[in-house]
Amino acid sequence: MSTTVATAGARRARPAATDRAVAENRLGLKLVAPAVVIMLVVTAWPMIQALYLSLFRYRLTTPDDRGFVGLDNYGTILSDSLFWKDTFNTIVIMLVSVVVELVIGFAFAMVMHRVIFARGFIRTAILIPYGIITVVSAFAWQFAFSLNNGFVDSWFSWLPGITSGADATNWFGHHWPAMFAIVVSEIWKTTPFMSLLLLAGLSQVSEDMIEAAQVDGATWWQRLWKVILPNMRAAIMVAVLFRALDAFRIFDNIYVMTRGAQDTESSSFLTYRQVIEQFQLGLGSALSVLLFLTVLLLAFIIVKIFRVDLARARGEA
Amino acid sequence: MARTTRKSVFGTWVGFVIILVWCLLPVAWILSLSFKSQAETNSGSPRFLPKTWTVQNYRDILSNHDFLYALRNSFAIAIIATVLSVIFATLAAYAIARLEFRGKRLVLSLALAIAMFPVVSLISPLFDMWRAFHLFNTWPGLIIPYMTFTLPLAIWTLSAFFREIPWEMEQAAQVDGATPWQAFRKVIVPLAAPGVFTAAILTFFFAWNEFALAISLTSTTAARTVPAQMSFFVGSDPFNPPYGQLATASVIVTIPIVILVLLFQRKIVAGLTSGAVKG
Repeated sequence: MSTTVATAGARRARPAATDRAVAENRLGLKLVAPAVVIMLVVTAWPMIQALYLSLFRYRLTTPDDRGFVGLDNYGTILSDSLFWKDTFNTIVIMLVSVVVELVIGFAFAMVMHRVIFARGFIRTAILIPYGIITVVSAFAWQFAFSLNNGFVDSWFSWLPGITSGADATNWFGHHWPAMFAIVVSEIWKTTPFMSLLLLAGLSQVSEDMIEAAQVDGATWWQRLWKVILPNMRAAIMVAVLFRALDAFRIFDNIYVMTRGAQDTESSSFLTYRQVIEQFQLGLGSALSVLLFLTVLLLAFIIVKIFRVDLARARGEA
Repeated sequence: MARTTRKSVFGTWVGFVIILVWCLLPVAWILSLSFKSQAETNSGSPRFLPKTWTVQNYRDILSNHDFLYALRNSFAIAIIATVLSVIFATLAAYAIARLEFRGKRLVLSLALAIAMFPVVSLISPLFDMWRAFHLFNTWPGLIIPYMTFTLPLAIWTLSAFFREIPWEMEQAAQVDGATPWQAFRKVIVPLAAPGVFTAAILTFFFAWNEFALAISLTSTTAARTVPAQMSFFVGSDPFNPPYGQLATASVIVTIPIVILVLLFQRKIVAGLTSGAVKG
């Protein structure tokens, strides 16, 4: 942070030869051009294409029946209860997983912050769920919750509502238990990311300030809520923003664990199914556009409500 | 902390053990499943550890051509996408960290927007476009989007690293008589290499993990990657998948991840957090 400020100041203070500034400007643009062009060509252009396709009746199984229908596809989707049910599912998954991850992730960050032994070991352990393929996580948890081959039923049969043996609990036979299994896999896989971001924020809270509060007689709880958490607000907000948007796009876990059975479909899964399984390019493109707009809206809401200042969080305001 | 009481040390120990169990239990579970025989899972085996240990699943998987092709595709696609992404990101990050130019904030905002982009919404247009361009079911058909979606993370990580490099040392070396090339190679490259390397690992993780595009934009083993191939393993009876073989495939695709994590955990953590939280 301090070095950034120093170099930026030095640069501005330098007697600016205009030629030099122009040349620097030109070189800068040349260097970022390839990355910017790639990012735009692979996202913006297909999105425009999707916007265009979404105005057509277009199904690959009947390609000759293609015709302009205006906003009919959007009308069909928005008046369909399935779309709203899937959006609701997605929001439930997002809210539950982000809240639980925030709590577990913070607890993990506190432990990692204080652990003085085997730091490399614990870092390795926590990076394994982060690095593991989501599909593998989904299979591991699907098998763990499996009716015949899972250990969850037999390990947790002492809990009310969970049975093992001949009439073992069938997690994938009902809506909420299946959603629970999906959320467990999602939380397991992504808590490390959350806790590492929170750990980075935690290590920037000044120890002096915490000690001063302690000397002044603040309890552990007061220090947590009045000193530690407010001072790592930027890190928390960035973690929430990234994880919330990531959780909203949930797809892999649902595809592997239920394929949308028991009404566990998410918005992403619905979009995928319309395009790849039903070949509904027109309708599917309309869903793509709606998914894109929802994520955009969500990002806007989170940034506005929580006043996430990403530039400041990254130290370049 | 000012006072490390016995109670808080105990609490940290308990937390340490909980974290280890949380992170490693599911990994131990698939490892254990991969050694269970097909007969055992078919008849239902809710035990954590196998009754009898067998390596038959590994023999089957490693002689399964579809899986080996998928493994080849996964490695090739992930490595090529990583190399390309890191090259383009290095150019951009150098400019962002060192040069003053108009539109710098715009580039960073664009990268941020792409990082939040719902990948699934690209399935429908890309499915249509890739068939027209003959990119459907090819390596480039996956490499191009993977490269794109990893650019933001690579640009952030690298620009955060590059900002910390003492660039004056390059001039100092030149004053001491080094040629510009020597100054670059002997001074700047060793300083920048860890950052570039970190960006490469994070990029590789993304490409190795990606699933939605991999199942949508491929149709045969010519380009299908391991995650996609695994979802087709399920077989005829969806209620009785080949547990052992899927667990074995899971273990095999996790090995590269474990190796990378073991070797570079410190760099990975630095890279993950440098882009997002820097106060």
